[in-house]
Amino acid sequence: MTAKLPDDRMVHLYRTMVLSRYLDERSWLLNRQGKAAIAASAQGHEAAQVACIEATDPSKDHYLIYYRQLAAIMALGTTPEEMLRGFLAKEGEPMSGARQFPYHGAHPRVDMFNFSNVIATQIPQAAGVALSDKLRGLDAVTVVSFGDGATSQGDAHETMNFAGIHKLPLIFFCENNRYAISVPLNKQMAIESVASRAAGYGFPGVSVDGTSIQDVFEVTKTAVDRARSGDGPTLIEAMVERLLPHTTDDDHTRYRSEEDLERMSKRDPVSITSELLLSKGLLTEAEDEAIHTEAKNQVNIATDTVENEPFAGVENTLNNVTESIEPSL
Amino acid sequence: MPEQNLIEAVRETMRSEMRRDESVIILGEDVGAHGGVFLATDGFIEEFGEDRVIDTPLAESLICGVALGAAVNGMRPIAEIQFADFVWPAINQLVGETARVRYGTNGAKTAPMTIRIPYGGGVRGGLYHSQSIEVLFSHTPGLTVVAPATSYDAKGLLASAIRANDPVIVLEHKRTYRLVKGNVPSEDYTIPIGQAEIKRPGTDLTVVTYGLMLHYVLQAAEAAAAEGIEVEVLDLRTLRPLDKNSIVESVSRTGKALIVQEDTLAVSISSEVAAIIAERCFFDLDGPVTRLGPPEIPPMPFSPLMEAEFMPSPEKILTAIKKLADI
Repeated sequence: MTAKLPDDRMVHLYRTMVLSRYLDERSWLLNRQGKAAIAASAQGHEAAQVACIEATDPSKDHYLIYYRQLAAIMALGTTPEEMLRGFLAKEGEPMSGARQFPYHGAHPRVDMFNFSNVIATQIPQAAGVALSDKLRGLDAVTVVSFGDGATSQGDAHETMNFAGIHKLPLIFFCENNRYAISVPLNKQMAIESVASRAAGYGFPGVSVDGTSIQDVFEVTKTAVDRARSGDGPTLIEAMVERLLPHTTDDDHTRYRSEEDLERMSKRDPVSITSELLLSKGLLTEAEDEAIHTEAKNQVNIATDTVENEPFAGVENTLNNVTESIEPSL
Repeated sequence: MPEQNLIEAVRETMRSEMRRDESVIILGEDVGAHGGVFLATDGFIEEFGEDRVIDTPLAESLICGVALGAAVNGMRPIAEIQFADFVWPAINQLVGETARVRYGTNGAKTAPMTIRIPYGGGVRGGLYHSQSIEVLFSHTPGLTVVAPATSYDAKGLLASAIRANDPVIVLEHKRTYRLVKGNVPSEDYTIPIGQAEIKRPGTDLTVVTYGLMLHYVLQAAEAAAAEGIEVEVLDLRTLRPLDKNSIVESVSRTGKALIVQEDTLAVSISSEVAAIIAERCFFDLDGPVTRLGPPEIPPMPFSPLMEAEFMPSPEKILTAIKKLADI
């Protein structure tokens, strides 16, 4: 029987989504103020991300994330201050020491990493993580996330093929927002669904409404249970919306139709989750408002703190290239 | 002290490293039942099992990406690229990803992995089984590149690579696998990465080289000695980081430098060595820094006559040595 997302966790997930949303909006604003060099928004992906993480165990599982996953990262226990240090390249940025774009690198508290901006490179790396856990008999699952665009890369194909052969404890979590920057799905693939590709690799593929925390939790939990019991990988395709352009450097009105943008606006996962919780009686209007106010305040306080911090300094420019080799060589 | 050819030294080193450290695993094409196309892993699947000796699909990016993921998760993988010519699909995982892990995570993650790459020509390998691919890796901060040319060095440098806490590219010249034999102590030892070695002392000029060319240069140096020219032969052994001090020390002493390589010359190891000499030995030089390499054509044609025309040879090297000595 499929495990359901418990009612008492739903408000918790919603809280993380709202916090991520305000932080995401703030990153965009800081870019427009000339303070944040770049941001890639996760707005529209939040429900899928928090529900996916909820189905896993951050105390032992591994997460190879990608550049549009602010809500997932918040769900894994990072703070707004930490993320703002990334957006603003401040000293003490936890994942790369501000050598990389926001939330790239590796996190000190959770096994979550994102080495690169190059699409799909994390996918074979995730298979390596999962393979090494399997060889040592460790009870850990690896979740690798990516967008629909990544599924066109050879690394995605090569890895799904390999993961199927070795029945790796690996979840391929595709957040399908139907755009690879500007290229729509019908120019990325001749088939209807990314999930259907799993058949070619010998493991299940499931397409799910990525605005539903309940549905995403259920399919991910099933995949995690399957992986933990040694039955191998699952490809999950969460259908989400990209509510903002690709990044702060993009203008999606150049390539998205008005009808498409209208349709998208009706699938905002924060509104959908709010309605779900209100209709289930898990939240009152007043409590919902309080969640929003609290998140907004948290982001404001964090922004005030981090904006006054210094940029990551030049003294760390040359270290951590290799263990023993000086950069001057 | 047993005599081993270079491929035997590679095989026995990997075998002993796998025995001493369970986190060492091997991934590559045909490394399992076949034992590798050069038999580098002959008998390994029987001894270590298919969990640690992993026959991968034909997918080089996958091999290196999986090795990287395993490395950051506590293993010490050895990825085998079957022929250097096939490494290009994996460049993104190696140069773009692996090299930057320590820097890009500010030291939180490291990639203790070894990438073994049989390279080089003179084996009738044509355009796609002969390439020298060292330049791109040697240009890349975060990577370490070694190119052992003797059985002794192969054991010591491969052991150092496997035990290193960073990614190391190990370039093994295919022609040396069975051509080169030498004494290899059976006891455990390592050779520090980043140290060149004088393989033949001399006073009149220094030849800087690496890989198969070391053996051709040593032959040429013998012939030169018969004509009264004492050549010092410096084997780089590590291509990144280059052992600048050994290059400078030798060339400052002899006053003349010839750099010999099998790879084409433009923007190559020889370019970097020449730049180091120009920067640091200027006032000690008695002649121009010279280089010998193949012509600027895609390495390397299949016909035996064309291949011989392409490859530097002991004869061509001797001519270059005599020309420089006469200046």
